[in-house]
Amino acid sequence: MDLKDKLVSSFMAFENNVDVEHPVHDIRSEAIKNFEEKGFPTKKEEAWKYTSLKGLQKIDFSIFPKEVNALGYKDVKKFFLHEIESYKIVFIDGIYSSFFSETTHDGVDICLMSAALTKPMYKQVIDVYFNKIASKDESLTTLNTAFSREGAYIYIPKNKMPKKPIEILHFSTGNEASLMLQPRSLVVVEENAEVQIIERYQSLTTNEVLTNSVTEIFAAENAIVDYYKVQNDVKTASLIDNTYINQKSKSVVKVHTFSFGGKLTRNNLNFYQNGEHIDSTMKGVTILGYKQHVDHHTLVHHIEPNCESHQDYKGIYGENSTGVFNGKIIVDKIAQKTNAFQQNNNILVSDKATINTKPQLEIFADDVKCSHGCTIGQLDEDALFYLQSRGIPKKEARALLMYAFANNVLESVRIPVLKSRINRLIAEKLGVRLGFDL
Amino acid sequence: MLKINNLHAGIDDNEILNGINLEVNAGEVHAIMGPNGSGKSTLAAVIAGKEEYEITEGSVVLDGEDLEDQAPEERAHKGIFLSFQYPVEIPGVSVTNFIRTAINETRKAKGLEDMPANQMLKLIREKAELLDIDRKFLSRSLNEGFSGGEKKRNEIFQLAMLEPKLAILDETDSGLDIDALRIVANGVNKLKSKDNAVIVITHYQRLLDYIVPDFVHVLHEGKIVKSGDKELAHELEDKGYDWIKNGATV
Repeated sequence: MDLKDKLVSSFMAFENNVDVEHPVHDIRSEAIKNFEEKGFPTKKEEAWKYTSLKGLQKIDFSIFPKEVNALGYKDVKKFFLHEIESYKIVFIDGIYSSFFSETTHDGVDICLMSAALTKPMYKQVIDVYFNKIASKDESLTTLNTAFSREGAYIYIPKNKMPKKPIEILHFSTGNEASLMLQPRSLVVVEENAEVQIIERYQSLTTNEVLTNSVTEIFAAENAIVDYYKVQNDVKTASLIDNTYINQKSKSVVKVHTFSFGGKLTRNNLNFYQNGEHIDSTMKGVTILGYKQHVDHHTLVHHIEPNCESHQDYKGIYGENSTGVFNGKIIVDKIAQKTNAFQQNNNILVSDKATINTKPQLEIFADDVKCSHGCTIGQLDEDALFYLQSRGIPKKEARALLMYAFANNVLESVRIPVLKSRINRLIAEKLGVRLGFDL
Repeated sequence: MLKINNLHAGIDDNEILNGINLEVNAGEVHAIMGPNGSGKSTLAAVIAGKEEYEITEGSVVLDGEDLEDQAPEERAHKGIFLSFQYPVEIPGVSVTNFIRTAINETRKAKGLEDMPANQMLKLIREKAELLDIDRKFLSRSLNEGFSGGEKKRNEIFQLAMLEPKLAILDETDSGLDIDALRIVANGVNKLKSKDNAVIVITHYQRLLDYIVPDFVHVLHEGKIVKSGDKELAHELEDKGYDWIKNGATV
């Protein structure tokens, strides 16, 4: 049975485990119909021209994990940003782990989607926000919607800010020969509220894992959201990440995506600016080797006037790795005085590595500033000579220059411990030894 | 220490150096002067080993060893240091981390262990003081957003840290105000010893008031057309380069 049929037929089994009377279930039923009709996207579709899901569809993924696999703290410790100084929502093979988690209801809700989708106290928020910004016809998003049951639920009321950053961690243990996960998360940040979130998918074995996630983020007026995606998974883990962000006036949302690992990673990052004086920022660092593949698809829809968007993606591709950057910017006719900037710079370290980069601008307003640029290049020879003339051998000099190239993106990371973590990771990936600073 | 014999070199079939002869011994300071385009910076780059330049004739010999086939880093390990006219900006790598990498790579090439961190810190503090550099400066990204003066001071700081046998200062005075010039020159003078040598490349005489040369050479169209003592620099300052250019053909 191919993966699509398996998923569609699993829906009935899924229904045995959820409340089919809940209004959310109507949304799920609609969604599975859409997926059944459309199936997995193929390379014939423009948006999937450079990323093939064919190989993954041949794998006999388990749709539901059989049993809970216990993990010890020592197995996962290194993946946490901080032992105490962060809230944690942790899932093991898709199942919530209360042992590893630190949730809260103290002024803010940092808890579980499964609770939000079933308990009456969350009904109001779910009614207003659930599946409101996620696509209703993109097939992988609807597939996730159909099976939406578990994930992170974060609600930050007006004028609030959680005391510490929130880590959302999804571990897979290899309990199944191959496992498909479909986490569904909702983040609502009300007026003048602020939140910092770090998200990570991590497989602990070399068994195949496919994650098809959907995250909806709503930033109300003056809200500030910092979202960090740390993608440094093993070579048998694939991720299709669908993130939808709705912003209201004067909100500031920044998404950083660090793609250093995995087998196949597809990031669909969508911003909708429903207000004025909005700032949307997307930054990315991609460092790949082996046969790894990462596809960054961004969309910024400028719907109202006087807004800004900034995109800065940097990539270093080695060995047989492949990368895609497709940045779509839509500026509606009334969205005058829009400032939209997009930059994608790449370095190919190997003859066999490839990058496909494509800006896609659809501008219907006439008083706007939009710029885009993409480069695919080698390292600067003068800079190389400078380093060598100081006694740094060519190989190390190249690594140091690549480090400088990638590291530049980290300036906007506002969590110091995360910044130094990523910094070290970049250095490690590029074989740069870091010392100390005065 | 350094012997340049009948050196012809250029880039892409374009010959820039046309037979240079120069001998620099330990303890000496040589100034190389000349009009724009005379080949001054090319000479510096060729000695330091910039790959795009090709030696078509003659040789550059350091302590009896021909440098032609040696990579820039190997030359650095043997004690050649080039202070750049336009130092490169390297965002995300601090001055401290950069110099630490340079020193430890040089030590590695000599079969030595990394310099212990406390020793490195002590050395950094000492040299920073010598050049009137404050600590904040050292944790900034290398040359990123530095003023012209800061860049040059940083070059001399690296020189002080690496303690080369032969330092080549390529237009170190350009873009410096008089105070910065004094600090930089002072730094160079303090580092001078009977065991090392300095080649100062400059268009103007003004730096040579502070770093006093033993020999002055005038470069024109890729050749040394006149050599003398420090008085020659003053003469050039008074008369300009035209008399050299005109006389050079004789």
